[in-house]
Amino acid sequence: MEFDTIAAISTPIGTGAVSAIRISGKDAVKIGDKIFFGKKKLSQCESHTAHYGEIKYNEKTIDMVLCLVMKGPNTYTGEDTVEIFCHGGIVVTKNVLETVLAAGARQALGGEFTKRAFLNGKMDLSQSESIIDIINAKSSLEKDIAINQAGGTLQKNIFALRQELIEISANMMAFIDFPDEDLINDTTETLCEKMKLCLEKVEKLLRSYQSGRIIRDGINTAIVGKPNVGKSSLMNIFAGCDKSIVTDIEGTTRDVVEERVDIDGIILNLWDTAGIRQSDDKVESIGVLKSKEKLSKAQLVIAVFDGSIPLSSEDEEIIRLLEGKKVIAVINKTDLEEKIDKNYIESLGIPTISISALSEKGIDELKGKIKEMFIDENLISSGEEIITNARHFEALTKCKNSLCQGISAFETGLTADMISIDLENAISSLGEIVGMTVSEEIVDTIFRKFCVGK
Amino acid sequence: MSFLAENFDAVVIGAGHAGIEAGLSMARLGFKVCVFTINMDSVGNMPCNPSIGGTAKGHLVKEIDALGGQMGKSADATFLQSKMLNKGKGPAVHSLRVQSDRRAYQEYMKKVLEETENLYLKQAEITKIHIENGEVKGVYTHLDTYYSCKAVIIASGTYLKGKIIIGDKSYEGGPDGMFAANSLSQSLIDAGVSLRRFKTGTPARVNKRSIDFSKMQEEKGDDKIIPFSFENTDIGENKVSCYLTYTNKETHQIIKDNLHRSPLYAGLIEGVGPRYCPSIEDKVVRFSDKERHQIFIEPMGLSTNEMYIQGFSSSLPEDVQIKMMHTVKGLENAEIMRIAYAIEYDCVDPLELYPTLEFKKIKGLYGAGQFNGTSGYEEAAAQGLIAGINAALKLKGEEPLILDRSESYIGTLIDDLVTKGTNEPYRMMTSRSEYRLLLRQDNADLRLTPIGYKIGLISEDRYNAFLSKKERIEKEIKRLRKATLSPSEKVNSLLKSLGSVPLSTGIHVADLLKRPEITYDSIAEIDETRQETDFFICQQAEISIKYEGYIEKQLLQVEQFKKMEGKKLPSDIDYLNLRGLRIEAAQKLDKIRPANLGQASRISGVNPADISVLLIYLESLRQ
Repeated sequence: MEFDTIAAISTPIGTGAVSAIRISGKDAVKIGDKIFFGKKKLSQCESHTAHYGEIKYNEKTIDMVLCLVMKGPNTYTGEDTVEIFCHGGIVVTKNVLETVLAAGARQALGGEFTKRAFLNGKMDLSQSESIIDIINAKSSLEKDIAINQAGGTLQKNIFALRQELIEISANMMAFIDFPDEDLINDTTETLCEKMKLCLEKVEKLLRSYQSGRIIRDGINTAIVGKPNVGKSSLMNIFAGCDKSIVTDIEGTTRDVVEERVDIDGIILNLWDTAGIRQSDDKVESIGVLKSKEKLSKAQLVIAVFDGSIPLSSEDEEIIRLLEGKKVIAVINKTDLEEKIDKNYIESLGIPTISISALSEKGIDELKGKIKEMFIDENLISSGEEIITNARHFEALTKCKNSLCQGISAFETGLTADMISIDLENAISSLGEIVGMTVSEEIVDTIFRKFCVGK
Repeated sequence: MSFLAENFDAVVIGAGHAGIEAGLSMARLGFKVCVFTINMDSVGNMPCNPSIGGTAKGHLVKEIDALGGQMGKSADATFLQSKMLNKGKGPAVHSLRVQSDRRAYQEYMKKVLEETENLYLKQAEITKIHIENGEVKGVYTHLDTYYSCKAVIIASGTYLKGKIIIGDKSYEGGPDGMFAANSLSQSLIDAGVSLRRFKTGTPARVNKRSIDFSKMQEEKGDDKIIPFSFENTDIGENKVSCYLTYTNKETHQIIKDNLHRSPLYAGLIEGVGPRYCPSIEDKVVRFSDKERHQIFIEPMGLSTNEMYIQGFSSSLPEDVQIKMMHTVKGLENAEIMRIAYAIEYDCVDPLELYPTLEFKKIKGLYGAGQFNGTSGYEEAAAQGLIAGINAALKLKGEEPLILDRSESYIGTLIDDLVTKGTNEPYRMMTSRSEYRLLLRQDNADLRLTPIGYKIGLISEDRYNAFLSKKERIEKEIKRLRKATLSPSEKVNSLLKSLGSVPLSTGIHVADLLKRPEITYDSIAEIDETRQETDFFICQQAEISIKYEGYIEKQLLQVEQFKKMEGKKLPSDIDYLNLRGLRIEAAQKLDKIRPANLGQASRISGVNPADISVLLIYLESLRQ
């Protein structure tokens, strides 16, 4: 039995250190080759071996990953399988999945891997009942998702878009099915214009999905402060490893260090910046300049102050730079005696959190504060939202491709019969999200909109 | 007193478009079959428009012919005017339609039936079907005469408990002044068949002498006439014209003023009518902003003055009909010969049928045509043919013929009926076929003639001619792919004159043909190795090359579709107790009993998770 190639995140979505994305089907290795860049192509690797490399989407590196390549039938599903182990966290994992889908895999339905495993004879019969249970659980989950989505903006947009496409298609089909009628019809030119408008909307949705929301792409966060207040130490606590070089020599961090970190499912794109101060060292000066630039672009600024000494003029300078930004003032070194004027900072409307980078005290409080400032809890509490979005993305991409083909068919002078097929494909791509069939709705719309018949 | 008159293999009830194809196909396959008609003069009648074909319907006629059915040949023999519709919209939606000489068509068809070996044509009303242990045994006529048989095909059209409605008057009756068939319904109900009421209607017929055609627009047929039947090449010329006129504000005012007298708006009609055949009062009410509606005047035949007034269907009272007719340009003095009427009739829910059109509950009982909830002569004929073929195959003990959605409009029609059911008389439309680029009227023979041959309805001669045609098409496609053109003066000046970019390097003829502005004919003078002259062969080669990209796209979709269709579902699955199915899905599956997973997935209310459950169940059976 040979099926198309499917993919899904196969680890629980959330905050695990590592997530796995499984690709299964006849093109699994081919798809892997399109997106994975290691020492060797996966297709040239031996079966059941692991490889280190990058996942790239549009030449942009998404993540460094470990990739397992396994040829059927000795795999979970019995099919060729590629498993990608990427860094855990919602955004990275989803980005990897989207890359896989964009490379030609289809989002797996609930229980589909298990289903294939079963159909390919990889599981014995005694397990079948439990499989059915799994599938049921998934489907009722799907139902819940549908209910959740009904109120969602993206969902509404897709519904509206689909309706527009159905109208266009009905126009075209009425023109084909009732050639004798004097229908007050849109010309094919206006239909094409309407298709272009829909295409714009689809592209906008795709863009908003690709680049937009904070929850997906993370919060651009600059860590600023005068030298040696513990910026890099804080960064390292977040990152969980020694990425920034921590020393007690002022000006150690000369460039901007970037890190994507996951705090309870929210991504911070952390910029650990060079300490801001007047410096004669040229390299350091460039670093300082970069710090200021980053600060101006950041969506969140974590300003670090040394609590064990009073505010200096350099601190004051930094505070001035913070105006108009979302800021959290982190008072470091609570393990030492507090000499800083915290009330003064708070009086400027800047919330303060006291921490000790040394003992990691106060870090949870800081994380909580960030979440509070940026995240609507409802958005991230449900894993469904995420799965669905990947499906939306896939469906919208397919829709976009069909629309582009239809428009180009029109522009190169191809006939209505062909354009109508592209249109229907575009509609059914959107319909995949909600499981709707195309032709009946078009027929219904024809009769609703047009006065046709003998 | 009842007596056994004769033993038949099969009995067909009704000699309309469905009954004819059912009877002929069974007889031609060697079975002794009797076709009953309530009136010997109504065989093959067209009680509505005198026309065969049209969008999607033309495809059906071509497919019927490709399988070895009769409709196309008879339509070719008796046509008055022929037109290929949708010429500018691409080959997939080209549709052939002819105006027919109604009486000539009937006589032609009747003679075909009479001349067919094994076929018996009798005038009698079948009042009762004899069913024992869920199996058909025979039929009784209104005279209590008994005929035994192993299969019965019901093709009762609009006759079952037919009721004519005109304004506030209504009476029992069939179409065109025939008697209704009032007894058979009860026999079916007794057998456990559930019936329902559908409605349709037809406009008035007017005497040609009373029409002022000078006020109307003449509608001519095509210069080049393409026949329906693949066995015909030249079928002669157009003999008549049609005429176009319009309703106006005055017409609409009369209708609005008298709406309360319409049985539909007064609630006197219980049957469900088709949306694509709205009465004029329906159009005026629903599309009130439209200032005029088209009225086509179509001749009923060469031997009569009767003209069919297309677009003027109505069930308003006779006095209103006359008044509104006389407001229309050219119809001011129109003399109505037959008044427009609505007709209500009993029909079956097609969900009770298998894709073979056999009843799930009653072995040997088949339905076809309007009885199955469709509308249209072509839809009826298509089902009659399939029911006849399947009844024959069953009697032979062979595998049934189930055409799928990817190979034919006929398959799409029947799949829609038995999978989705219908809430109104079902009409075929091109928009109903998702594979319409593949299912063209021009290639119906390539799709279906091998099937017709295998069944035994296509003769050896015809099949050999078909094979040679196919071979020539392939040869010509190959040649076009191989032949090259160089950027010569001659080539480029022709391309310029066609509005196409001149060549700078050599090109395969096939690649040039893919340019939308280039046609096969337009490059004849530069395509020097061309020898093929047969129109149908050149046309196939041209379409195959020109639409290659889209055809491939559709073939990929078909491949996915076939995978699901290939997974057969046993007919005895206990859906109601199958663990994992949702209740709604289980009930629908239990009622419809899909033949395969693909069909199951098209049932509304069955979702992908339910399909997964079925897949797993199938696998457990296999192990």
